[in-house]
Amino acid sequence: MSKPHDISHRDYTGAKLGMWLFLFTEFFLFFGPVLLYAVFRFRYPHAFIDASLKLDAGVGALNTVILLTSSLCMALAITAMQRGRKGLTLFLLALTVTLGSFFLVNKYFEWGAKFAHGLYPGGEALAGNADGTAIFYGLYFFTTGLHGLHVLAGMAIIIGAALMVHEGRINSTDFVKLENTGLYWHLVDVVWIFLFPVFYLVR
Amino acid sequence: MDAKETKERIVGAPTLFAVWAALLGLTWLTVDLSGKGMAIFVLAAPFLIASAKAFLVVDYFMRLKYEPSIFRYIFLIVFGTIAVVSFLVYQDVAYRQ
Repeated sequence: MSKPHDISHRDYTGAKLGMWLFLFTEFFLFFGPVLLYAVFRFRYPHAFIDASLKLDAGVGALNTVILLTSSLCMALAITAMQRGRKGLTLFLLALTVTLGSFFLVNKYFEWGAKFAHGLYPGGEALAGNADGTAIFYGLYFFTTGLHGLHVLAGMAIIIGAALMVHEGRINSTDFVKLENTGLYWHLVDVVWIFLFPVFYLVR
Repeated sequence: MDAKETKERIVGAPTLFAVWAALLGLTWLTVDLSGKGMAIFVLAAPFLIASAKAFLVVDYFMRLKYEPSIFRYIFLIVFGTIAVVSFLVYQDVAYRQ
């Protein structure tokens, strides 16, 4: 019979509930700028539509597909871990991080093109435009920049989780840390699902 | 010895691939519909489709569907708060127009 101190109790529900509560605060963090967008779109509808038309919806759609696929890989990685397939789990986590980096590379080129045309807060191209255009790009760079930082943080957390899988600290009987890592990555995906129509499609 | 209070459900790969295919289909639909139709449709359609996509991700990829019901209640409180705040802001903005 085991002694009491040998028993390791794991409260998965508590661990995931804590993670969900944190994710809700993150959701409110992004809700603020989106609400500001709604208010200013009401005030400057034409400037917002014109500015939105300057964004490449194709690149936005491609990034959406990349993030959705990375979310699939993350979900599959958790299923693989639950089934004890460590090698497959590590491969899927590597794929998730790779897709995350593709998203950031696309975002880098997209931002770079806007900067080259002076379309950034304080840029020369916005100086002569209506107020609404500058506000649109201010919100666009702030919100997508904040989201990009979350993608970067998510990639770092996934790499940390992959190391724990490699060391056996996350395994088929104890994987709540991987589940919580997945929850964070999926939140990044859910936020982008709403940012994509806000900036690229509502025209 | 390990003790875990609940059994974790495994979501199979076919389910996850089906959800992913639905998400890609909805992404194609929202891009295809962008800018088409009446003004109210142009505004509402992308957000309705985005909400459907978010529901799929939250329910299947984030496994909310398989969590205890308290998770759903908290989720409803959060989105109820967002709906109320959005409504109040809309009322305020419309009043100032």
